[in-house]
Amino acid sequence: MAYKVLVVDDSKLARMAVAKILRSLQPDWTPVEAANAEEAVAALAAAKPDVALLDFNMPGKDGLSLAADIHAAHPGMPVAVVSANIQTEIAVRARAAGAVFLAKPLTEQALGQFLEGARVQLARD
Amino acid sequence: MAEDSALLLDDLERDALSELVNIGVSRAAAALRSMVVDEVLLSVPSVSVVSRAEASRLIREYETGRLVAVHQSFRGDLKGRALLIFPETNSLELVRAVTGGDLPLEDIVDLEQEALSETGNIILNGCLGTIANMLHRSLHVSLPEILRGSSEQLLDSNGATDEDAAVLFLFINFTLRNRAVRGYIALLMDLPGLQALRTLLRLYIERMSDGTEAVHVEP
Repeated sequence: MAYKVLVVDDSKLARMAVAKILRSLQPDWTPVEAANAEEAVAALAAAKPDVALLDFNMPGKDGLSLAADIHAAHPGMPVAVVSANIQTEIAVRARAAGAVFLAKPLTEQALGQFLEGARVQLARD
Repeated sequence: MAEDSALLLDDLERDALSELVNIGVSRAAAALRSMVVDEVLLSVPSVSVVSRAEASRLIREYETGRLVAVHQSFRGDLKGRALLIFPETNSLELVRAVTGGDLPLEDIVDLEQEALSETGNIILNGCLGTIANMLHRSLHVSLPEILRGSSEQLLDSNGATDEDAAVLFLFINFTLRNRAVRGYIALLMDLPGLQALRTLLRLYIERMSDGTEAVHVEP
């Protein structure tokens, strides 16, 4: 089953890197890109993605707040907070917001594990 | 230059700081390795208390040309600035390395700012975050900004502090094995920040020496 993955990051390079890994892991899944929380909210309404990958440290609303909003509005959506900020606190807050924490730079292995979990979760619901 | 011995670290504190920096920088190097798919060769970190002017001079011993840097400030239990510094003539080679080498030159030039920012963000957060975790504290790290110019200009980005004031200056240089990329990580902390650091280093030393770090067991 082909899913849509919302990729939110103010860095175009980071979005490119994620899209590249996604293409190699799940070639039939589609990335939907957003550069900030505002664009992400618009993309959620317009494109209706199934999975979300959110950068933490962005101008405007940060990824943890966005994760909490998404969790409230779409409780079944698998969400990962992806961040260069590998401090324990961030990982703990991500989990509290119903999201998985993934460290940057994102590896195929880490994203692969998350997407596999997402696939199982979505197939179940 | 301040030589007040009350503000300098003692041998054990200096050891502990070196250890933390080593682990932090190794984490950052592992992240960089993963991004450039090449071996990252690190120098031994140098740790000193010097004036900001002296710190600029130390950098200039390595690089005499114009520099480009990713700068992030940090605050919380520790306060200071972190920079990832490259010779300006070299920066596109790094961009080529992190974008996987399959982009045309014009895309690489367009992406230079972004690629440096993102690379710096990952490396500096990797280093600072690891140190914060080991000290059981948290830091707020600012968004990355790109600075260009001489080492004096990079270290004095806000113009607010006196260049003769002493700072704790951590400095590491690195190269890639298979690409002509070389760079530097610099961390600076003002002396009030250094007092906070000493306290945290002492707590860290205690935890390491009495073996309670892994598990705290209630009697």
